[in-house]
Amino acid sequence: MREIFCAEMIKAYAKKPFVFLTGDLGFKALEPLREIMKDHFINAGIAEQNMISTAAGIAKTGLPVFCYSISPFIYARPFEQIRNDICLHNLPVTLIGNGGGYGYGVMGATHHAIEDYGSLLCLQNMHVFIPAFDFDIGAMISRISNLNKPAFLRLGLAQKTAEISYAKWRKVLDGDLGVLIVTGSIVSNLLHDFQSEEIGARPAIWVLGELPLFDDFPQELVQEISCKKLCVLEEHVAQGGIGQIIATKILGKNIALKSFLHLHAQGYISGFYGSQNFHRQESQLTKKAVISAFKLN
Amino acid sequence: MIFPELQKQARLRLLKMHFEAKVGHIGGNLSSLDAILYLHHNVMQKEDHFILSKGHAAGALYIALWSVGKISDEQLLTFHKEQTKLAGHPAPNWIAEIPFATGSLGHGLGLACGMSVGNKLQKKEGRIFCLMSDGEWQEGSNFEALVFLNHQQLKNVTVIIDCNGLQGFGTTEEIASLNLKKLHEIFAVFNFEITEINGHEEADLKKLFRAADRPQIFLMNTIKGYGVSFMENQMQWHYLPLDEELYNRAKKEIENL
Repeated sequence: MREIFCAEMIKAYAKKPFVFLTGDLGFKALEPLREIMKDHFINAGIAEQNMISTAAGIAKTGLPVFCYSISPFIYARPFEQIRNDICLHNLPVTLIGNGGGYGYGVMGATHHAIEDYGSLLCLQNMHVFIPAFDFDIGAMISRISNLNKPAFLRLGLAQKTAEISYAKWRKVLDGDLGVLIVTGSIVSNLLHDFQSEEIGARPAIWVLGELPLFDDFPQELVQEISCKKLCVLEEHVAQGGIGQIIATKILGKNIALKSFLHLHAQGYISGFYGSQNFHRQESQLTKKAVISAFKLN
Repeated sequence: MIFPELQKQARLRLLKMHFEAKVGHIGGNLSSLDAILYLHHNVMQKEDHFILSKGHAAGALYIALWSVGKISDEQLLTFHKEQTKLAGHPAPNWIAEIPFATGSLGHGLGLACGMSVGNKLQKKEGRIFCLMSDGEWQEGSNFEALVFLNHQQLKNVTVIIDCNGLQGFGTTEEIASLNLKKLHEIFAVFNFEITEINGHEEADLKKLFRAADRPQIFLMNTIKGYGVSFMENQMQWHYLPLDEELYNRAKKEIENL
């Protein structure tokens, strides 16, 4: 998603000026943006706490800011700066975390981001954007610009798919096996895997792209899940993830389900490390696990 | 009002406010008060900003803002009470003169750097003054900010460090082998204009000028609890509230100055 992200940022900068801070990352990806932005593109160095405080200071003077780094370095390391300096002041600073979920694969656990949006959503005024497909990024940057509030954009690696126009909630596949709600770039893999199945052997797939959830559960989704089997799948730990958020909303709306299952990141079960796909398999974030979940529950 | 009289009146009001609210942090407020007052009365212009990185000196900032008419008598009476804007550490989003909520140490310098960059990019006038504590220099984030400040050569940033030598549970020397001299040596490695001043003397505070061709750091020699004999250089006044007897004693001392 990095190249598309760069191209979309260039488009956004042409529409409305902002400042871009990077924590010394972006090699072979962000050079075109740096060329165009000139003094508005600042390498803030390997100093994420200061990068976030600096971003808050810049935003206070009237310029929106985007801060870029490998995901855990931007949401976990400077958490208090995000909380106090950005969120308490409701400032238009967007954190861009590259490598959502197990995106950095065998680079190791320090580079993974499996508790990012759950942590950030605890903070005042924070909005989270989770692209499922490359072509979501442009729409999300545009929404972030209009929002003018603290935001987190979780970049991941998506498989190529046919373009599906962006919405906070989207149904991307019909199916009769049950309903699967997914967030993030893992959607593209599941869509690819399930598309070849007969309609009776696959679930309907819905994609959630933004958080927090308000009272914006689509009526079509409510109808579809009523008295049906629902599975929520995400590359994020259970605590603070969309599974818990959606379950709370369903209870609040008195929607009766046939069953509810949550497939989520489970950390490092075997203690071994591998590709993003290795960790997804280990956490049961797969087509096979989804089918089993629907058949067993 | 001449500055010594302003200092006296501000000190009296600060003690009264803390006595009525029955709260502490008085020592660190008294070490910072003179500089905050001087800045707001004699140095800062409309386009300037002040960031109180040592947020526990909120009382001194409230008094300074009250003395320049930005906080009312009525507001001051709510200090530390229910439904107040005047919390124990500065709260966000209620008055332009307090651009950031502070209280967790090690945030102010990065925020000041950001405001400076933002102004520079938008060609806005204005100097950013950031008041820090000496103990605060144990926070690693300050060194991140220091490197950034030096590298970017943000010449519209003035850093003022209240070196009262005392922190929460001992002296800065005992706890971190840090003192004014050591801080001076650290900062001297970078390209800053460094000045040591007495943080309570008007003649020295006059050095807090605005123009500079590189970032400025003022190392301010101060006394925790300054102006009240039984509080001066006593660590417990980082925390203790005043009872009536001590309040009257402190008041008398200041009135008789």
